[in-house]
Amino acid sequence: MSQWKNLGLWLALAMVVLLGFWPIFSRDASGREAAFTILLAIVMASSLNIVMGYTGYVSFGHVVFYGLGGYVGMYALSALGWPLPLAVLAGGAGSATLAFLLGKAILRLRGSYFALATIGVNEAARTFVANFAPFGAATGIELQFSIYKPYGGAMQALWLTYYAVVAIAIFAVLFSFLIKNSKFGLGLMSIREDEDAAEVLGIVTPNAKTMAFVLSAILPGMIGTLFFFKNGNVEPGDAFRLGFSIESLVMIMLGGQGTVLGPVLGALGYQRLRTTLLTSDISIGSLPLKDFQLVISGVLMLLIILFIPGGLVGWLRQRFPSLRRVLA
Amino acid sequence: MTLILQVEGVSKRFGGLQALMQVTFDLAQGHILGLIGPNGAGKTTLFNTINGVFTPDEGRIRFLGRDVTGAKPYDMARMGMARTHQIVRPLNELTVRENVMAGACFGHENQGLRQASIIADEVMSFAGLAARANQLAGSLNVAQKKRLEMARALAAHPKLLLLDEVLAGLTPSEIDGMVKTILEIRSQGVTIIMIEHVMKAIMNVSDRIFVLEYGMQIAEGKPEDVVRNPKVVEAYLGDPQMAKRLMEEG
Repeated sequence: MSQWKNLGLWLALAMVVLLGFWPIFSRDASGREAAFTILLAIVMASSLNIVMGYTGYVSFGHVVFYGLGGYVGMYALSALGWPLPLAVLAGGAGSATLAFLLGKAILRLRGSYFALATIGVNEAARTFVANFAPFGAATGIELQFSIYKPYGGAMQALWLTYYAVVAIAIFAVLFSFLIKNSKFGLGLMSIREDEDAAEVLGIVTPNAKTMAFVLSAILPGMIGTLFFFKNGNVEPGDAFRLGFSIESLVMIMLGGQGTVLGPVLGALGYQRLRTTLLTSDISIGSLPLKDFQLVISGVLMLLIILFIPGGLVGWLRQRFPSLRRVLA
Repeated sequence: MTLILQVEGVSKRFGGLQALMQVTFDLAQGHILGLIGPNGAGKTTLFNTINGVFTPDEGRIRFLGRDVTGAKPYDMARMGMARTHQIVRPLNELTVRENVMAGACFGHENQGLRQASIIADEVMSFAGLAARANQLAGSLNVAQKKRLEMARALAAHPKLLLLDEVLAGLTPSEIDGMVKTILEIRSQGVTIIMIEHVMKAIMNVSDRIFVLEYGMQIAEGKPEDVVRNPKVVEAYLGDPQMAKRLMEEG
């Protein structure tokens, strides 16, 4: 099919594959950790893009799916003793269920009201989990070290987790592309352009929006489980960090919302910048600046919205119209 | 003669404004109904009520024999109703082709992408948009956007087509082209309701004319009878000689 002749898709896949396979061949643990973080960002940005880029609904609550999925997965691992693959699926299913319920409730809101509601959802989820006894309330869930035994010890488990993350990241890019080029995706983009006109065309907007929300929630839930499994513990503060949602937004804006390549480029670029900032000693007077990347991401977002609202890919497509057909 | 649409005593009120009052009419399959009336008479509101954007406060609407009062716009579209908007609503960041495909994909035929693309090609050449297929809808000019509205509605292969001022703002030659297009659509068996201010055009193409004023129906009938109806002449045209002049003009 001609739709597969798409430079954007292959570029995105190539980047994810190169990045993902590099540490596997070099067997380099610190490289693996760095790649893990970037792949995580790619999955978050690509999945958020389904709601934000395709459907046009800006969500500040994307981290909820990561956090809640992580909690569900960790609960399945520690309290129910499920094997990792099942727990990962449970994490995805947990997030999807939450997205379905939330979608029914808040997707009737439009524009800034929806965005505000998603911030509320994030805070509510964190407070709820911090007081929910089965999830360990404020202290969270800690895994026993023995849990890594069936996977050949902690070292081996780390690699195993990493392979899964690489696979999910590749899937996230493919998934994003398939949705964009499907009839369902055409419906989502129609909603983005003009929701009332979309309804008149026959798009059952409440269902389509809820479906988009659910599809965007599954992968973060799965990857959340993997991340916290690797970490060995999960706490409300780590799981529901509003900053992570905002960073995902910045990555999408940076790379180009509504495109397949954009979130991947954005995640790579942003994480690169973040690492540089984290490892450099920036200080005001004698005080070191903590989380300076958040300052940068705020400024970056402002600049992008003001000057290149289409992000890098959007800018390229505008500058070189012939690229429009090949850059998904 | 089968009735495709039955509007029975439909009223709609917005706060203190009675936008529609006890509007009743039947529409036979294959006919063109012209909907006229002064600005603010409630013509577009009637469209919005028929296709489910608004729920009527009173009255019932039947489409294809089914009671569809209170149904949503997407329910109506999936049953085979399509419309254009007076103020064009293109999906700006999508191409012309994608706009038209969306019409085919989500209408009552529920086409897949491949089939929708074939339909889009047909409809775009019919509407004179073939050369613009890969252009963004936002980059079209007004006349082209009106044609896009029409193409998108037609791609759904609707049974009933609501046209809201598709001739407004077009040049006389464009109007002639559009009128031809409308007659062709009708010859394919599509029933049409059209709102129009271009009198000569609507009087020529309509089988029946329906006149609204202040949300009330003041006349309904054949074009030649309606223009002679003193109430219409008085309310809508103001000057009894105006009707005659308009009919003779251009």
